[in-house]
Amino acid sequence: MSKIEYTSLEGKSPAYFGLLGGLALIMLLALASVFYMEHEGHHVTGMTNQIVWGMPHVFAIFLIVAASGALNVASIASVFRKKIYEPMARLSALLAVALLAGGLVVLLLDLGRPDRLIIAMTYYNFKSIFAWNIILYTGFFGFVGAYLWTMMDHNVYRFKPYAGFFAFIWRLILTTGTGSIFGFLVARSAYDAALMAPMFIIMSFSFGLAIFLLVLMASYRWTNMELGDVVVNRLRNLLGVFVASVLYFTTVYHLTNLYATQHHGVEKFLLLEGGVFTNIFWVGEILIGGIIPLILIYAPGVKNSRNTLGLICTMIIIGGMSKIYTILIAGQAYPMELFPGYEVSSSFYDGVVNGYTPSLPEILLGLGGVAMTLFIVAFALKVLRFLPVSLADSVADPHSAK
Amino acid sequence: MTDSTKKSTIDSSRRDFLSKAAVAGTVTIAPGLLLHSTAQAASSGNISTRPHDEDVSNKNRWGLLIDTEKCATGCTDCVDACNEENGLVSHGRPETDAQYIRKVTLKEKSTGHESSLPLMCQHCETAPCADVCPTGASFVRADGIALVDKHICIGCRYCMMACPYKARSFVHEDVENQKLTAPRGKGTVESCTMCVTRIDNGGIPACVEACTAENHNAMIFGDLNNPNSDISIALKSRGGKQIRSDLALNTGVRYQGLNE
Repeated sequence: MSKIEYTSLEGKSPAYFGLLGGLALIMLLALASVFYMEHEGHHVTGMTNQIVWGMPHVFAIFLIVAASGALNVASIASVFRKKIYEPMARLSALLAVALLAGGLVVLLLDLGRPDRLIIAMTYYNFKSIFAWNIILYTGFFGFVGAYLWTMMDHNVYRFKPYAGFFAFIWRLILTTGTGSIFGFLVARSAYDAALMAPMFIIMSFSFGLAIFLLVLMASYRWTNMELGDVVVNRLRNLLGVFVASVLYFTTVYHLTNLYATQHHGVEKFLLLEGGVFTNIFWVGEILIGGIIPLILIYAPGVKNSRNTLGLICTMIIIGGMSKIYTILIAGQAYPMELFPGYEVSSSFYDGVVNGYTPSLPEILLGLGGVAMTLFIVAFALKVLRFLPVSLADSVADPHSAK
Repeated sequence: MTDSTKKSTIDSSRRDFLSKAAVAGTVTIAPGLLLHSTAQAASSGNISTRPHDEDVSNKNRWGLLIDTEKCATGCTDCVDACNEENGLVSHGRPETDAQYIRKVTLKEKSTGHESSLPLMCQHCETAPCADVCPTGASFVRADGIALVDKHICIGCRYCMMACPYKARSFVHEDVENQKLTAPRGKGTVESCTMCVTRIDNGGIPACVEACTAENHNAMIFGDLNNPNSDISIALKSRGGKQIRSDLALNTGVRYQGLNE
C-alpha cells in the first residue's frame, strides 16, 4: 500500500454552511431547553421521583457508549495491525472524541445543579463508579487526543503504537465503567448483573461502528471522493459480527433472569406485559436493531448497496437507542420489590408500574448532544486533514493488484 | 481518621448555630410545644444520651423501631408531622412532590392479611446512596444517620437509582418558606434526616413524637448501641426485621409485626 494522502474539506459550499447552521440551530434549541428546565425546575420534564433518569440520559449513554466503539477502526489498525483500516484511523479517533463530548454535555446539562461542575471535578468519592467515570471520560479525551497527535504529527509518529494501545485499553475500561453504572446497582431487579459491563462493550462496538460508517459514507459522498467496496464491505461484515454479538448478550441476559424465579416478575414485564416497553424491546431493539440488519448485512442481493448499508446503520442506531431506553427507563418503571409476597400500595407509587412520557425539552437536549457531535466532526474535517484523499480499492486494499 | 468524623467536626459549628437558633425560635414561638416534646422524650426513655457539647461519634447508633401491628391503616400522623417539620408542601404534582415518609399498605398475597407501615430512609450502615454518590454529598454520619450535604450535591440522582427503598426525593422546583432546621435546595436530592437537628438537641424525630402524642405508640426512637435504651430492649424481647435484609445493609430502621 502506498503512502496515504490526507485532505481537509474545502468547506465553502452553501451545503456545508447549511449543515453547520442547522446543527447550530439544534444546539441553540437544546440550550434554550436547558435554561427552561433549570429555571423552572425538573418538574417541567417527564422525569419524576420514580423515573429519575429520562430521555437526556438515554441520549447521553448512547453517545458515550458509541464514542468508545467509534474508536474501533483506529484500534484495529494500530493495535491489531490491520493495514486496511489504517487510513480511516484519524476519522475514527475524531468521531470518538466528538461523540464523547456530545454525550457528556447532555449528561452535564441535565444535572440538577449543572453550575456545580467544579464540585464534580474536585470532590471525589472513590467508591462511586460515577466518580470513576468522570476520571475515565477525562482520560479518554487525553489518550485519544494524544493518539490523534501521534497520527497527525510526523515528529511523534513513532509513538503511535503506544498511544493507540493505551487508548484501546482505556476505552475498554471506560465502557466497563459505563456498564457498571447499572451493573453495580443492587436495588433494582433489572440491573445488578456483571454481564452489563461486557454487554455495554459489545454494544459500543456495534453502535460506534454504525455511526462511523454513516459518517464515512456521507463524507465521501458529499465530497465526491472515492470510497471503494473493499473497505466498506470489510466494515459491513465486521458490523454483522457486532450486531450478532449484541443479540447474543441480550439473549444470555434474559435467559439468566428467566432461570431464576425471583426475576420472573421483571422478565414477564420486559418481555410480555410491559406495554410500550415490551414493544420497544421486541420491535425496536430486537427486530429493527438486530434481526433485520443482520439479514440485510449478509443478504447477497444488496451486498454493494450503499443505500442499504446506510439503512442498516440507521436501524442499528434506532435499535441501540431502543436498547438503552429499555435498560434505563423500563428498568426504573418496573416497581421495586421491597416486600416479596405482598401486594403493596402507597402515595409514592409503590407496587405500580411507573409511567414516563419524555418532554420536548428533554428530547431537544438529547438532540443537542447529537448535533454537537456532528458539528465538531464537520468543523474538524475542515480545519485539519482527517480524510484520506481516496479510499478506492486500489489505494486501501493491501491485496489489490499493483 | 474517617471522613465522617472530619465532616462532623467541620459541620459542628454550623450545626451548633442552627441548633441554637432553632431552640431559641422554638422557645419563643411555641414554648408549650417544646416542653411537651421534651417531656414526651424523657418519659418514653428515648432521649438522646449524647452530651450536647460532644462531637458526633459512633458511640451512638440512632435507630427507629416500628410496630406495624400498632400502625393504623389510613393514619398519617407521622407523615403530616414530617411534612410540617421539614417544610414539605404539595405542589399538586404527586409524582414530583417530595415525600420523606410514605405510608405503605401491605396485603399478604397468600392470606389476604393487611397491614400498614411508614417507610422512610432506612439509614443503612453501608448505604448504597453513599456508595454511589460521585461527590460524597450523600454520606452516613458516624452515629448512623444518612444525610445529604446540600452544598456539594450536583443533582445527578444516582443515589435515587441506587436506594433500595426508594426513599429519596429530588427537589423539582423552587423552594419557598424553608424551615431553619431543614435546609432544602432546588436541583438537589433529599430524604429523611431522622430530624437530625432535634437529635443533636436531645430531642426525638417529629414522626415519633407525633405517633406517641396521638397515643398510637407504633414508633420508638433510640440508641441501638445502648442496651438499656427502649429500642434495644424492645428489639431484644420481640426481635425486629430489616426490609430487604437480603442486601445486608444493617439498617437503622427496624420493623416488628411483619411476617417473614
